[in-house]
Order: sequence, then structure tokens, then C-alpha cells
Amino acid sequence: MGKTLFDKIWEKHIVRQIDGGPSVFYIDKHFIHEVTSPQAFTGLNKRGIKVFRPRQVVATADHNVPTLNQHLPIREELSRLQVETLKKNCAEHGIELYGLGHPFQGIVHVIGPELGITQPGMTIVCGDSHTSTHGAFGAIAFGIGTSEVEMVLATQCLLQSKPKLMRINVEGPLNKGVLSKDIVLYILAKISASGATGYAVEFAGSAIRGLSMEARMTICNMSIEMGARCGMIAPDDTTFNYIKGRLFAPKGEDWDKKLAAWRQLTSDPDAVFDKEIHINAADIEPMITYGTNPGMGMGITARIPSLDEVADQEKMSFEKSLGYMGLQPGSALKGQKVDYVFIGSCTNSRIEDLRMVASFIKGKQKAKDVEVWIVPGSKQVEKQAREEGIDKIFEEAGFMLRQPGCSACLGMNEDKIPAGKYCISTSNRNFEGRQGPNARTFLASPLTAAVAAITGKVTDIREWL
Amino acid sequence: MSKAINIVTSTVVSLNSENVDTDQIIPARFLKATSRDGFGKNLFRDWRYENDNEQQPKKDFILNNPAYKGRILVAGKNFGCGSSREHAAWAIKDYGFDVVVSSFFADIFKNNSLNNFLLPVVVSDAFLKRIFDVVNTDPSATLTVNLEAQTITIDSTREQENFDINHYKKTCLLNGYDDIDYLLNMKSEIEAFENNRL
Ligand code: SF4
Repeated sequence: MGKTLFDKIWEKHIVRQIDGGPSVFYIDKHFIHEVTSPQAFTGLNKRGIKVFRPRQVVATADHNVPTLNQHLPIREELSRLQVETLKKNCAEHGIELYGLGHPFQGIVHVIGPELGITQPGMTIVCGDSHTSTHGAFGAIAFGIGTSEVEMVLATQCLLQSKPKLMRINVEGPLNKGVLSKDIVLYILAKISASGATGYAVEFAGSAIRGLSMEARMTICNMSIEMGARCGMIAPDDTTFNYIKGRLFAPKGEDWDKKLAAWRQLTSDPDAVFDKEIHINAADIEPMITYGTNPGMGMGITARIPSLDEVADQEKMSFEKSLGYMGLQPGSALKGQKVDYVFIGSCTNSRIEDLRMVASFIKGKQKAKDVEVWIVPGSKQVEKQAREEGIDKIFEEAGFMLRQPGCSACLGMNEDKIPAGKYCISTSNRNFEGRQGPNARTFLASPLTAAVAAITGKVTDIREWL
Repeated sequence: MSKAINIVTSTVVSLNSENVDTDQIIPARFLKATSRDGFGKNLFRDWRYENDNEQQPKKDFILNNPAYKGRILVAGKNFGCGSSREHAAWAIKDYGFDVVVSSFFADIFKNNSLNNFLLPVVVSDAFLKRIFDVVNTDPSATLTVNLEAQTITIDSTREQENFDINHYKKTCLLNGYDDIDYLLNMKSEIEAFENNRL
């Protein structure tokens, strides 16, 4: 029987198989950030041990940094302490830190790929659930908790049980106005926010093959929203062309050797998955979420389910969710007023996203009563946007281009959506209070967010293309 | 204090919601601490208080109902989904729970719980419904979770179910061992593995 892409990488990283238990699983790259690492370092210090392989660890400050005036000291004391603690820990343990002010700083899942650190065949972890993003390169990449961060710092290993394997095939050409964000929101609406729990998911099919690396990352990024342990896409020429020449990409002879190995990283034709799902790309419209988990999404022209369309045991959660959102069962979202537009997060803040938004809004003005925040994923994205003149286009449209960080994706810094306000957001979570206490989130693609910025309402992008 | 868990008999706090995500368990704005302690007071913060104000508890939220307390938290399916923040497990443990029961846990949350000696017990949908029914009519009803035997029992009705846990993790919990101790003990094997791959 053939092997899956997941199997091939998994097998190469098993240090020991514990009888009746998990495997000791070797980690190639470990990203850390200020919020989920301090307690792990405290743990190491208590045990009196040093980081085992500091050169396999890369740190950045992203979750809790301001996105304005990053050159000034952080005003909020606790946030400042977190960022300073990271600095101190990295210095003590010899870990490379791309902190505030560094030209490589940015959201951890944006900088890894952009610097060429993320490569096919690797195992990658980070104390952040969206580590699944890196799977777009044909890596096994997943989020871990702080105790596990400590384990990896101490031993470069984790105890892991092998997940079941699922393949989601998306075939055919994409409709007009449909982006990879719409593909993943569509899958989520179909299989629900727990539809892939316990599985590693491989995304395949012609629609996926046709996507750029940025677009593939958006899909793998949100695989965690289906509950998946990780999401992955087999590497191909699109992947290799993206990596080639980046700062930490292999060079010269090393490149040729690695490339030959990477080309083996596909699921064999006779590989068997525990579950397969087939999706016809033609069925996918621009999507939007109406509820408080990412599985509560629909086509932009659809109606929210009415109460009798919802299964009995889900009625309570459904009503609570719509109550929070201030929406009626059975109603449409198109035309719904929005107050904020957030274009950012590790899902959609890469240069391709910014370019796409800029080319759509060029010469247009934002609606008066909407506030628009564009938060680039990294310093490098920000710099490139400025070099390409994209910042001017945003400025002329009345959009605010801020500095890199997680920002309103999780509302940990000052960038919070006020209570009761509606925000159309390119991020990945619409949970209650995610963007600020009582903030209401609609998840959508960068284009759907951009058109809402212009009209001030939930709008079908297809009418504008 | 030993961290080990074996038999827990307790009244329960029942949270009849599905897809309870870690942003609800502990909102992001409380993740600024650099230690592991004290998260319990912000557990379910925004479901517990009006306007983020401890003087204004929301009466209909279960943690504010004095009839419900105990060391066992019971919740609807897909508990702990979302962010990987281990702070969620810390907050639940710090509040005083030793066991969480649901018909389905998100992967990362389950690992985080096990790493903090908070036992996640997976029961069938039907058994979960029975627990909710019994506890809703009688808040003083108790459950007994026996890790050694891998059973969970509704004490008043003697209804019982077995639950799964992998053998290795069970041993850790019963004895109060950490994964990290295990891994640190095999450093030379890890080094050998690294050398072999070069
Ligand atoms: S942008 Fe949002 S989802 Fe991504 S790493 Fe930051 S907080 Fe997590």
C-alpha cells in the first residue's frame, strides 16, 4: 500500500515509539512568540536547564504589540513586560529574535515562509494554533500549548499520537470573485467547526494546485478551524519557486539535493486515507460567516438558516450565537451595515492580499461611516507595500495602513472593535469577544472585505468585477 | 502536593453549550501574565460578568449559581476549540476543577489539559445528555470518575460508562509524572537520532 504525504514526513521524525502510547516525535523548527512562551522559559529555569537546540528556534513579537508608533516604548505595562521577557529569554538562551523594530518582525506564520525558514518535509511547531499555515509547503505543522513549548525547548521533541488522515479534494475552476478564503469557509460550512477533529488534512485537487503559495497558506491556516491537527498541501513547482532565493532557503548544491527530496513528497496514487471529501469548485460562491464559530458560514447571497432548519440539539447554541450577533434567523446578510473593516491576520495579510485589495479599491473612496484598518503581516510586507505605492492607494481611499502584528485578529493590544459594532474581517475566528468584548465579526475574503469598505455594507463582490 | 489523579467524586458544574472555545474560557486580554498562576478568577470572564465588572455577575451563568459547584466541569461537544492557549487549561484547573467531561474535545485543549493534570473524559452523546438531565433536576447529584478503572458513574442512578485514555498518559496522571521528565531522560537517544539523519 502506498504512503500518504503525511506518513512520509511522520515516519522520518519518529525517535521512539512508546508501547501502547504516543511516539517521541522530532521537531525541526520551533517558532515562539511573547504570549505563550514566558511560562515555558520559567519552567526551564526552574529545572536549571538550557534550550537544547537554540538554532532551531526562531522568535518574534506579534500577538501583543501595538500597530502604531512601534518605535515608542509600549505603553501598556503588562504588554511591555511580555515583550521584554521574550527579549531577555532569547538573549539568555541564544535564540534569534526578530523583535519590534527588526526588519524581519511580523506575525510568526507570515515571517516563517517569507524568510524561507518554512520548507517541505519539515516538522514545525509553535505555541499558536494557526501553525497549521506552514503545512501549505508540505510540512507537518501544528500548534502546541505552553507545556509542549517547554518540552520542545528542552528536548526538541514532543509526545504525539498519529492522527487519522483525511483528504479534501477541490476540483475544477473557481468562480469569479472566489478566493482561497472562500474555499476554506465553504469547506468549514460543509463539515463544521469540528468536522476534522482528530485528523491531519491534506488539501488536493486541481483548484488547490492552481493556487499561489499565499492562497494555499490561507487554506492551511484555517484547517485548525475544522478541528484538524494540521493541514497540508503537497509541494510542487509553485512551492519551490516561492522558496527559491529566500534568505534561509537552501543554496547551490544543497538546493539541488533538497529539491530532489522534496519532489518525493506527495501522496502515492494508491495511498489510502481514513476519510475523503470531494468538493466541486463550481459550487463555491464568495462566502461570509453569520455566527460565532467559523463553521457558521454561507454564500454571500444566501439566508441565515431559520430555526426549523437547525437540528434540535444545536438550537440553543444557534440562538445564543445569533443573539450575540444581533441577527435574525432566516434573514439575509447582504446589505447589512458594517462599522469596521479589518484586513490583516496570519490568514490574509500577505503582500498578495494587500495588492489585491489595492488594485480593487484604486480610485475609490471608503464609505464615510466605516473605519478601515489594514495591518500588514510583517515588516517586509509593509516595506514592499510602500515600495509599490500601495500605501498611497490606501491613504487616498481613506484606509489606515498600520504596522505589523496580530492586532484586531484577537484584540489583545489596543486594536479592539467596540462592543456591538460589526466588523468584516479577513482573520480566521468570529468567536464571541474575539475582536473585543461584544464585538461582532463577519469573516470573509480580502475582496469581500474591500468592497464592504467602499459600500459600508455586506456586498456581493461579483457585482463589482 | 501531589499532582496525581485517581478517583474523583464530586458534584458538577454543567455548562450546556457546544463549541465552547478557548477565547470564552479565558479571553485574550487576560493572557498578558508571564506566570501560570491566578487565571481562575478570569475563567469564562465575559460569560460571568456584565461589562467586565466583578460587581455585576450575570445571574443566569452557571458559575454564578451557588447551587452548582464541584471539581467536575461538564460541557457540550467540541469543548476547548480555537486558540492553543494553555491558559484555558490553567484557568479551569486554577478555578478548582480536576476533571472536564464532554462528548468531544478539541485536540490541543485535550493535550494541554493532560499536561496540567486536568483529566478530560470523553463520554457518548447519550451519556452526556443523561448527566445534564440528572444534574439539572438535582444540582447535588454527584459523579464519580475512576481513572484506574476508566469509568465514569452517575452516582444516584448507577449509570456508568467506560472512557478511553492512552496507557502512557494514564500512567503519567496516576503517578504525577510529566512528559517533559520522560523526554529529558532520553536525551542521548534524541542526539543519536539527530546524528543518524545527517
Ligand atoms: S494573526 Fe491571529 S490567528 Fe494569526 S497568529 Fe496572530 S492571533 Fe493567531
